[in-house]
Amino acid sequence: MSEKFRLDKGGLINRNKKISFKFNGKKYFGYEGDTLASALIANGVHLVGRSFKYHRPRGFFGAGVDEPYAIVQMTRNNEVDPNVRATEQELFEGLEAKSVNCWPNVDFDIGAINNFLGKFFPAGFYYKTFMWPKSFWYKVYEPIIRKAAGFGAASIKHDKEKYEHKYEYCDLLITGSGPSGLASAYAAAQNGAKVILAEDKSRFGGSLLTSEVTIGNQSGQEWAEKIISELKSMPNVVIKNRSQVFGYYDHNMLVMSERISDHLPKTEKYIPKQRLWYIRAKEVIISSGSIERPLVFGNNDTPGVMLSSAAKEYLKIYGVLVGKKPLVFTNNDSGYETAIEFKKNGIDPIVLDTRKDPNSEIIKEAKDLNINIKPSHVVVAAKGYKKVNSADIGKISDDKKNISNIENIKCDCICVSGFWTPTIHLASQSGNKTKFNEEIDAFIPSKSKQKETTLGSANGIFTLEETLKTSFKKGNELSKQITNKENKVSIPSVVEKKYSNHDKFWCVPLPEGKNYKRFLDFQNDVAVSDIQLALREGYRSIEHVKRYTTLGMATDQGRTSNLNGLQLVSDIENKVVPQVGHTTFRPPYSPVSIGAIVGREIGKHSKPTRKSPMHYWHKKNNAVFVDAGVWLRPRYYKQGNENLFEASKREARNVRQNVGVCDVTTLGKIDIKGPDAAELLNRVYTNAWLKLPVGKARYGVMLREDGIVMDDGTTTRISENHYHMTTTTAQAANVLSHLEYYLQLVWPELNVNVVSSTEQWAGAAIAGPKSRDVLQKLFPDLDVSNEGLPFMGYMEGNLFGVNAKIFRISFSGELAYEINVESDNGNFMWEKIMDIGKDFNIQPYGTEALSTLRIEMGHVAGSELDGRTIPYDNSLEGLISKKKDFIGKRSLSKLAYVAPDRQKVVGVVPLDKKTSIPEGSYIVKDAKAKLPNPKLGHVSASCWSVEYDNPFSLAIIKDGKNMIGQKLFALSPLKNKTIPVEIVSSHYVDPKGERVRS
Amino acid sequence: MLHIKCPHCGLRSQNEFSYGGDATVKRPELNKEVSDKDWDNFVYLRKSPVGKHLELWQHISGCRQWIKVERDTLTHEIFKTLKANEEV
Repeated sequence: MSEKFRLDKGGLINRNKKISFKFNGKKYFGYEGDTLASALIANGVHLVGRSFKYHRPRGFFGAGVDEPYAIVQMTRNNEVDPNVRATEQELFEGLEAKSVNCWPNVDFDIGAINNFLGKFFPAGFYYKTFMWPKSFWYKVYEPIIRKAAGFGAASIKHDKEKYEHKYEYCDLLITGSGPSGLASAYAAAQNGAKVILAEDKSRFGGSLLTSEVTIGNQSGQEWAEKIISELKSMPNVVIKNRSQVFGYYDHNMLVMSERISDHLPKTEKYIPKQRLWYIRAKEVIISSGSIERPLVFGNNDTPGVMLSSAAKEYLKIYGVLVGKKPLVFTNNDSGYETAIEFKKNGIDPIVLDTRKDPNSEIIKEAKDLNINIKPSHVVVAAKGYKKVNSADIGKISDDKKNISNIENIKCDCICVSGFWTPTIHLASQSGNKTKFNEEIDAFIPSKSKQKETTLGSANGIFTLEETLKTSFKKGNELSKQITNKENKVSIPSVVEKKYSNHDKFWCVPLPEGKNYKRFLDFQNDVAVSDIQLALREGYRSIEHVKRYTTLGMATDQGRTSNLNGLQLVSDIENKVVPQVGHTTFRPPYSPVSIGAIVGREIGKHSKPTRKSPMHYWHKKNNAVFVDAGVWLRPRYYKQGNENLFEASKREARNVRQNVGVCDVTTLGKIDIKGPDAAELLNRVYTNAWLKLPVGKARYGVMLREDGIVMDDGTTTRISENHYHMTTTTAQAANVLSHLEYYLQLVWPELNVNVVSSTEQWAGAAIAGPKSRDVLQKLFPDLDVSNEGLPFMGYMEGNLFGVNAKIFRISFSGELAYEINVESDNGNFMWEKIMDIGKDFNIQPYGTEALSTLRIEMGHVAGSELDGRTIPYDNSLEGLISKKKDFIGKRSLSKLAYVAPDRQKVVGVVPLDKKTSIPEGSYIVKDAKAKLPNPKLGHVSASCWSVEYDNPFSLAIIKDGKNMIGQKLFALSPLKNKTIPVEIVSSHYVDPKGERVRS
Repeated sequence: MLHIKCPHCGLRSQNEFSYGGDATVKRPELNKEVSDKDWDNFVYLRKSPVGKHLELWQHISGCRQWIKVERDTLTHEIFKTLKANEEV
C-alpha cells in the first residue's frame, strides 16, 4: 500500500530506509525515524482504537506523551507489550501492533452500543447502577465490568527481557532538551558542573525542531544540533534520549526510565530493554515545556480532530500530512503556524479564529499567503463517525454566547489550538506550591520546596528570547554555586515572530436543539455534561469531581483535559480557577513498565541466597533444600523413592537410635567481648549470667521490653571477657541490632563490643546415643567423657589440623555436640564426620527431622516463639530470675500475663494415634458447638513421633497447665478435619531430660 | 527516598538505614520501682507530632551506629543529625 499522505520531501526521517510493519494484521510501510503513529497517518490510517466507556472510534490526538487515544497492544520479538502509545513507539522492521478495547475488531466494535446507551452511563454510573441487588455485585456486575475495563492485555508469560537499575549523582539534572534545557545545560556544563540532560523523545531539541526561528545565524534546529554535539563531547555531561524523568521524590531524588531497546526489533545480548535511573541531584532544572490545550466543541473526539501542534510535528518531523483539507480552529496565534506549514506544502487550510480582529506578525504572514481566515468563527461540531468528513461551523457573537450562520464545510481534519498548558507535573510532585497565571490561564510553579527551578514554557514563558536569556542565566548561576567556577557564555541573538494575545474562550456553546457530546477527557470519555451533572449532584471539591467523573484519572494524567475541566467547574461555580485549585499530580508522569520497576530483582535475584560451606556436599548427596529466611537448608536427604515423610522419619529415627549429623551453620552467631560482657548478658537474658564459668555454655531467653519472647539460644563463655552467642536463624540480624541499641543508646557505660560472626563459622550438630563415640574418634586426644565434657560444657580441639570449638549442647534432646570450625574448613569437617561416623551408622539429617526431634522433646522454637508469647506460655518460667532486673521484666507483671488461666504450651496426641493434626488447627472443647466455636488455642507444630510411632503436636492453649489429660478436639476448617485428641505434657519424650546428660 | 547525613559516614540514602522511633524516650533505670502507668508510657505510648521530631535511625548497612535525626515529619526536612551520645 502506498503512503498517500507522505510528502515527497521534508522531515527528519531517513527516506533511504524503508520499514515494513503490521497494524491489525495488515502490512504497511514507513521509514526509519517514524513513530507508529506517523507511519499509520502517512498510510491514511486514522482509526486506531475505541474509547474507554462509549467505545467511540479513536484516532490520533497528539504526537508524543500527550496522546490520550492511540494506545495499542504491541508484539515485539514474540513478547507482548500492552498499552503502548503509538505516538511514542518508534517504528522498527517487523513491528506488529493491534487495537485495544474493541471486539471483534476496531472497525466493527460491538461495545460501541454503549455510545447509543450513553444516557445510562453518566458520571458515577458505577455507583448508581450496580448497587442493587447487593448479591449481584460479585456474581454479575463485577465480572462484566472487569472484562470491559482496561485497555491492553498483559502477558501471563514470564517476561524474558532484562531490566536494570542504576544509581547516579549529579550537580544538575535537566529534564527536557528544548531551548531552556539546552541553554541551561550548556551554561552549567561550561562551569564544570556534572550535568545529566534527559529527553523523553528520540530526538533532542524539543520545540526547536518544529519552530521557525533563528538563533545567532542558524535555524533553531541547527543551533540545537550544535549544542547537543558540544554537550556530547564534554566529559562532565551525560545526555540521554528516550529517557523520561517521571517521578520527583524527597531530598531531590528523581527517577527516570530509559527505554534502551524498545525502538529496536529485539534487545541485543547483554543490553537491557529498559533501565531505571535513581538520580540524586543537587539542583534540578525542569524544562519540560508545555502541551497544547484542546478546544471543546461537539464530537471533538472524532478521529481527525487533533492538536494543531501535533499536525505541525507530523508535517515538519515526519513529512506527513494529517489531512488534505484541513480546518484549523484556534484561539491564539499557534494555529497559524500549522496553517502556514500546510500552505507551504501545497495544501489550502481554512483558519477559524475565535477572536474578532486577530492581528499579529504571523497572521499577516498567513494573509499574505492567501490563507482563508475566518475571524469570530468556531467549529460547532465535527461530522463523520470513524473519520472527520465535514464540520458545522458558525459565527460566534462577541459575548461568545450565541452562534449564528451555521454552515457545513467539507474537511478531513480539524487542528485545534486552545493555547498552551505548562507541564508542571514534576514541579508539583516536588512539593512546589503552584500558582495560577491569569495571562496564560494556567498554573505555573511558584514557591519551591526542594532544589528545583522551572524554566521556559513550563514556567509560562512563551518567547524564545526570554527563554534563552533566563535559561543561560539560571544554568550559570546554579552551577557556579556548586563548582565555584564561572565560564560565562554569551547569549545568542534571536529572531522570532511576535505573538498577539490569545482569546480566553475555550468551550463552544451548544446551538439550540443540539445535544452533541463535547469531550474534556478523551481517554476516560468524560464530557462537559458529566461535569455539569456532578456539580448538580452536589460535588464541589475538584478532588471529588475528579473521582466521581474520572476526569484526568486516565493514564495520560489529564495532560490535555485538566485545565479545561477546571475552567468548566469555575465557570459553573462562578469562581475563578485558582479558587477551584488543581488536583494533585503524582508520579509516574507517564506509565512505567512493571519490569523496569522490578529491575533485576526477580526470581532468585529478588533476595540473596545464602549457602553453607557444606552446601555442595548436601547437593551431591541428594538433599532436597528448603528456604530458611535467605538461607538454603537441606530439608531431607532423599534415598531411593522416599518422600519427605518417609525420609524425615528415617533420619530422625537414626538420631534416636544411632547418630545423625545436621548442618547448623545458619544459626546466628555473635561474638561478644569486653569487661562488661557478663553484665550485658545479665541484662538482656532473663536468667542469671554473672556466675557462668569459663568453658561453660548456658541456655538463655531474651525478651522485648513488652515481655514478649524475642529469641533464645545458648551463649558460651570462651574466656574471661569473651562470649560466643548463638541466636535462631531468623532473628540473627534483629538480635544484633537489639544489642547494639542497648549498648550505644541505653547503657553506653558498658564496655562491650558485639559483632556478627555468623559467616565466620561452619557448624555441625552430631546427635544421638553414639555421638560421643564419633566425637572421640574425631578428637582422639581429648577427654570427651561425661566428666571431661559434661552437658553444657565447652572445649577447643584440633580436628586433624583444623581448630575446632566443641559445645555439648542439644536441640534434639539426645546426647549431642556442636562442632564449629572456620567456614573455609566446613566441608573438610563435614566429610571427616561422615567418614568417621560410618562405623556408627551416621546419617545426615535435614530440617524436617530436626523439627520432629525438637517437637517430641517439647523444645519450643520459632512456631511457639512467634512474637505473641511470653516465657510462661512456652513453659520457660523457670528461666526467669527473681533476683535481677532485665529487659522486659517489668512487663511480665501485667495482669494479662499473670492470669491464672494464662495460655501454655502442651502436647497433643490424636486419640486414634493415626491422624496427623494440621498445623494451625484450633483446639476446642466441643466439636459441634455453634459457630463461632470458642477456641482454646492453636496447634503450633506437628510431627510424627519416631519414639512412639504416632502423630504428635505442640499447641498453645488457654489454661494449658490444667488441661493435661483432657479429651478435646482439633478443628481444621481449611482441611475440613475434626480430630478427637488428648492433651498431654509437651515433653513427650524423655520428660526428665536424662538423655542430654547421659 | 531521604538523604540522611550519618555523623560517622556522611550523606547516605535512606535504604542504608532502619528507623528506630522516638529518640527522646528514656528507658526507666534498672532495678527501680516503676509504676504501671510510667511503664506503659515507656513501652507503648509515643507522640506522633506534625513537624520537628527527634528520632533514632540505625545505619544498618553502614557503620551500624544508632544515630539521632531531627526531621520534620511533614516536609521530611532534616535539620540535623547527631551521634548517639550527643544531645540537641
